[in-house]
Amino acid sequence: MTDDRLRVTSEGPIVAEGRREPLLLPRGLRRVPRGVDELATEHLIVNMGPQHPSTHGVLHILLELDGETVMAAEASLGYLHRGIEKLAESRRHHQVGTLLDRADYVSGIHTELAYAMAVERLMEIEVPEKAQWLRTLMAEINRIASHVLFVGTFGMDTGSMPTFLYTMREREALVDILEAVTGSRMMFNYVRPGGVTGDLPGGIIEKLETFLSTVDTYLDEYDVLLTDNEIFGPRTKGVGVIDRTTAIAFGMTGAPLRATGMDWDVRKVRPYAAYAQLDFDVPLGSQGDCFDRYVVKTAEIRQSLEMIRQLIAGVPEGEYTAKVPRVLRPPAGEVYTAVESPRGELGIHLVSDGSDLPYRMRLRSPAYYNLAVVDEALAGGLIADAVVTLGSLDIVLGEIDR
Amino acid sequence: MSPLLVIVLRTLAGLGLLLLNGVVLIYMLRKVLAHLHLRIGPNRVGPWGVFQTSMDVVKLLTKEDFRPATADKWLFRLAPLLIFVPSFMAYLVIGFSPTWHFANLDTGVLFVFAVLSFVPIGIMMAGWASNSKWSLIGGMRAAGQQIAYEVPLLLSVLGVVMLAGSLDLKVIVESQAGLWLGFLPKWFILPQFLGFWLFAIAALAESNQTPFDMSEAESELVTGFANEYSGMRFGFMFLAEFSNLFVSCAVGTTLFFGGWLLPGLEHNAVALALGPIVFMVKVYLGIFCMMWIRGTLPRIRIDQMLSFAWKALIPLSLAWVVIFAVILKAVRA
Repeated sequence: MTDDRLRVTSEGPIVAEGRREPLLLPRGLRRVPRGVDELATEHLIVNMGPQHPSTHGVLHILLELDGETVMAAEASLGYLHRGIEKLAESRRHHQVGTLLDRADYVSGIHTELAYAMAVERLMEIEVPEKAQWLRTLMAEINRIASHVLFVGTFGMDTGSMPTFLYTMREREALVDILEAVTGSRMMFNYVRPGGVTGDLPGGIIEKLETFLSTVDTYLDEYDVLLTDNEIFGPRTKGVGVIDRTTAIAFGMTGAPLRATGMDWDVRKVRPYAAYAQLDFDVPLGSQGDCFDRYVVKTAEIRQSLEMIRQLIAGVPEGEYTAKVPRVLRPPAGEVYTAVESPRGELGIHLVSDGSDLPYRMRLRSPAYYNLAVVDEALAGGLIADAVVTLGSLDIVLGEIDR
Repeated sequence: MSPLLVIVLRTLAGLGLLLLNGVVLIYMLRKVLAHLHLRIGPNRVGPWGVFQTSMDVVKLLTKEDFRPATADKWLFRLAPLLIFVPSFMAYLVIGFSPTWHFANLDTGVLFVFAVLSFVPIGIMMAGWASNSKWSLIGGMRAAGQQIAYEVPLLLSVLGVVMLAGSLDLKVIVESQAGLWLGFLPKWFILPQFLGFWLFAIAALAESNQTPFDMSEAESELVTGFANEYSGMRFGFMFLAEFSNLFVSCAVGTTLFFGGWLLPGLEHNAVALALGPIVFMVKVYLGIFCMMWIRGTLPRIRIDQMLSFAWKALIPLSLAWVVIFAVILKAVRA
């Protein structure tokens, strides 16, 4: 037993009385017996997850607790691993979208879009203006649907029940629209290399206008329930602070990075689809705490609504897809494309060997990089802070484990 | 009837009321929360789903009485009873009308708070005996919460006791009879508004309601102390939570809202005969407000909650007791 993992403290492995084997603890976690008079106390190590209401999926976090205080935390992943990247190597390019929908199952349009853009760039396909417009519109609807879900689940993490059900009302309206356009409520498979699968059916613009006319009062309700709430503020302000240097060092993107004041949004820095023609702001935070991450997300909802208003003001004419061959055979080469998904920079690194199957497809999962920081961000807080901090990172395990 | 038989019958009636109340309150909670949350709530079993909770009780009764292998056998079995029995005992001294009460103690107020302070011991016991880390944290939270909020809860009712000059719940209600200036009911909430405010907060915390539901804290501790419990043992804990809710509101009604009295109709025979109904309506309004809070607010954090108790509630309630005593003495002199 000379495994380094056992040498978890400076004193060497700890052998408790009556035990034959040293306690096997994961890296980073220590079990420290401390003498208080005659009583030996030790830190409590608890498993948060994989079955826990607040880990947003099958995430497993080991917490080392001193009373209520979290001394160390270690995330352990892989419970939802389905081998999506490997499976993609045996799918034709048209078919990969269905797999990617199941990676980030809350914002499928964005993952599909990143992949379609990768294939288009390799094959040098010119995407029609109408298709770009449809992609942008659907991506923004999907972003709001994802962000309101975040507001709801984040409310749940702080113990506020109604927000979750209130946000479901908005999400329902948006998912209905997505279903009417794409045919599916979550696994869209809508964005394909070359364009999209279909034009808007009749009545969608009217549906969107109805939604836009009511949504502002609904967003004000969230402010009453959460943002301005006397309990919610102290629960989130100054909690789970991640400074800008740490955020950049961990490769964080999306709202958690922008909450630190870093102006980085793929839609602005490397515009794709029709974003270059849209007029929108990138909401920024300053403290990098849970409250700022929440505020950035809610501000992004309002920006996305503004974008949808601009988009439906001028519907372009034309084809919804370019003429593409039935079997896509991108020339040999590799390409990296990125989109701003609701969780951050979602990238696809696609390597093609010239055949009809991707040689290698790698997904840069934004939530994976955002989650990596929890080991540092949770330490020092309370259990309740750990739950809130984890919730504020807006992780989707399907995309992290892939 | 022999006195023994009377005691047995009264106790059984109290138990029956408690169980019925529990079933009604759980149904009410589900419906109230559902409508606050833009949902419908139970609507399948019976008209408007009224038999849903009865069926849930039947389900809980028919479940296996499961005990985790590593749990402490006796403490694990005892804990639900220790949670349930005190809230039942508190029921017995509540007066529903001048004549409707199970037992009339001349130290009623003291008795209610004394027996209710057993409940967190049961919760701690459940958390410890479960031999689960999340349960243990929940149990320890209950202990910390209990120590912090018991003090302001007791201090907050002292003003009422001073006004009525008695610890007897019946005397307290009867001294709230009459009207001020011809239209204001002489309920103790008016002179004791701060006392009522302190009582309401401390009672929310004592009966483990949102935003103070620390020992359960679903999103943090899964279900805290009740984690390893299932079947009717869980049912007892759940029932006790609701009967504590009822007791808190009943005590609040008795102390601050004139119990079974209708303002201005204290000597009306019909109004007195309707006393129990008046009392129940007032209690259920209080419970509705508590459910409203539960369906709206986020949960406070444990350290914020404890510092709120020690730094705000306890000094405030102490100061209020002293100030009110001086005022009362000055007015009566």
